[in-house]
Amino acid sequence: MSALGELKRERIDQLAARAGQVPEGEGGVSLTRSALRRLRRDPVAIIGAVIVVLFLFVAAFAPFLAPRDPLAQSLLSDIRPGFIPGSQEGFPLGVDNLGRDLLSRLIYGSRQSLMIGVISTVLGVIVGMALGVLAGAFGGRVDTLLMRFVDILLSIPSLLMAISISVLLGQNQYALMIAIAVTQVPIFARLLRGSMLAQRGSDYAVAAQALGIRKSRIVFGHVLPNSLSPVIVQATLSLATAIIEAAALSFLGLGDPDLARPEWGAMLANAQAFLSIRPELAIYPALCIIVVALGFTLLGESLREALDPKFRR
Amino acid sequence: MSSVPGGPAGAPVLEVDDLAVTFARRGEQATRAVDGVSFAVGASETVGLVGESGCGKSVTSLAIMGLLPRRGVTVSGSVRLEGQELIGASDSRLRTLRGAHMAMVFQDPLSSLNPTVQIGTQVTEVLLEHRDMSKSEAATEAADLLDRVGIPDPSRRLKEYPHQLSGGMRQRALIAMALACSPRLLIADEPTTALDVTIQAQILELLRELVVDTGTALVMITHDLGVVAGLCDRVHVMYSGKIIETADRHELFARPRQPYTGGLLASVPRLDAGRGTPLTPIRGSARDAIPWAEGCAFAPRCDNAQDDCLTEVSGSVVPLEYDGPGRELRCRHPLEHPPAPSGATAAGAAR
Ligand SMILES: Nc1ncnc2c1ncn2[C@@H]1O[C@H](COP(=O)(O)OP(=O)(O)OP(=O)(O)O)[C@@H](O)[C@H]1O
Ligand code: SF4
Ligand SMILES: [Mg+2]
Repeated sequence: MSALGELKRERIDQLAARAGQVPEGEGGVSLTRSALRRLRRDPVAIIGAVIVVLFLFVAAFAPFLAPRDPLAQSLLSDIRPGFIPGSQEGFPLGVDNLGRDLLSRLIYGSRQSLMIGVISTVLGVIVGMALGVLAGAFGGRVDTLLMRFVDILLSIPSLLMAISISVLLGQNQYALMIAIAVTQVPIFARLLRGSMLAQRGSDYAVAAQALGIRKSRIVFGHVLPNSLSPVIVQATLSLATAIIEAAALSFLGLGDPDLARPEWGAMLANAQAFLSIRPELAIYPALCIIVVALGFTLLGESLREALDPKFRR
Repeated sequence: MSSVPGGPAGAPVLEVDDLAVTFARRGEQATRAVDGVSFAVGASETVGLVGESGCGKSVTSLAIMGLLPRRGVTVSGSVRLEGQELIGASDSRLRTLRGAHMAMVFQDPLSSLNPTVQIGTQVTEVLLEHRDMSKSEAATEAADLLDRVGIPDPSRRLKEYPHQLSGGMRQRALIAMALACSPRLLIADEPTTALDVTIQAQILELLRELVVDTGTALVMITHDLGVVAGLCDRVHVMYSGKIIETADRHELFARPRQPYTGGLLASVPRLDAGRGTPLTPIRGSARDAIPWAEGCAFAPRCDNAQDDCLTEVSGSVVPLEYDGPGRELRCRHPLEHPPAPSGATAAGAAR
């Protein structure tokens, strides 16, 4: 009889345990994974993700996708002052003023944009996060000092800053990346610091403190991981900014000195002189920049929503 | 290294003496949230701190635990844990005591757990911090702890995240973490406010069992007189940062002396009151309090108030005085009760 009682109790416990679970499908799932699940249901996120994946794909497989060598010159005999050949057999989007296939250059250009965007954003995130963690973890005077420094950086318009740094470091790709990274640093530093300070005052941080957990563990084990989601969102959005800034800087002639290498910003700059005869030379690279930036922005915005604790559970 | 020199047998686990906490932000007037609070808690004893929102209960508990920020906060008086002074103790000393010798359970179990970390990690973390254990020992012990606080299927729960547990289970997990190192003192700050009534009763029962089993001293912070009736041996009623009445539970319910305590009891529905008897809430709100230096803080809401409740008339601040065995009272015109308990108040005592 008592055995039956035991069994029943166990069964009831089991049922109770199951009833305590959060809505179906969420069982045994971390927050990251449930955020991903929400992303998959969000059409905006899907559009953004498709654009980004397509862009990554094109950049990765440029040599296979491009119909021609982006540097090879052809149709030179057709190019006259006042005329650049448009779309035709073998040249779907036509050629530029030097007879190079526009489509191939656009495809190869994605590599440059991706590289500059990713490297400068990663640099910006690393340095910005380091400053943010220092300020957020120590608080007090360290925080004040670092944030004043960051405020100064932030008060300089980012393009102006990037231009000054490119000028300072000379005209090359690395200078360009560093210049863009520097404009990102204050954003990430401020963001992480603010989010860490907010998390440090949160109930679970106080509760951990009340349990005698050491400070380093509270900061790195609890506060920091919970402070990252705005940084992830911002990094995605920053990729868009970085790509635009890279284009802007090379448009201004501060990019890669090797003008033959295809790059959307430089292509745009180059097309200026021929706007009246072949506006497509400017429109296509501009469209590429806009669409890719839009893709990252859409993805970033929906990430923001998916990671927002208000939408959790 | 983290052992506390134990006081003589029978000495209280926690002694709070003339504790005062002042918040002073730059450009703002300083507020004294806790004003000369003294009380003691012995092993296996449960002491209640009762009062309306904002009377300083949480600040008192944070001050005891040394969890108030250093900047902009002044703490004075004395807090002794097993005879050892905590006010002015170093951060590292306090840290080794917290979790091991004194622990705290907070009001909101969901926000008190880190949402992004598995329950198991959060429990073992406490064990690894204070006890000389390997990771696998800690994991076994964590499952044991969850089992002890009545969480079914503990090894599975350890792998889950806080949002996957029910409210009651979360609070149980937090109690397990607080008790991981068998602290001598446990402070529970409204541990049941965020829970359903049935779960509340279960959590209170769990706390009661733990106090009996382990001899932990429990400070129960609440504004719920039902919790007091079910759990506390002794009760301190706080108002505007000061203790205004102290009594054993039965005494307090049978013969409240402070008009504020009387008002609190009268504003709770009672089964023996008969249908249709209106509840009598205390008029006004806690924000109407006047500074203690100028008179009794409760005077603006008190039916018994007279001129001498103000300092300018009586010449002194209303003192906390002896009021019979085991009782203390801060009031100039307390409620009077007939010497033999009448039927109604006796029924109240049995609540
Ligand atoms: N960080 C702070 N800065 C300034 N004043 C504070 C601070 N924390 C608390 N106080 C003040 O201290 C007083 C007591 O607050 P406390 O949180 O202890 O109230 P409580 O009794 O716990 O109320 P509740 O039942 O709502 O939890 C309040 O009036 C509040 O304004
Ligand atoms: S001291 Fe006066 S005002 Fe204060 S509670 Fe007693 S009677 Fe009321
Ligand atoms: Mg409180």
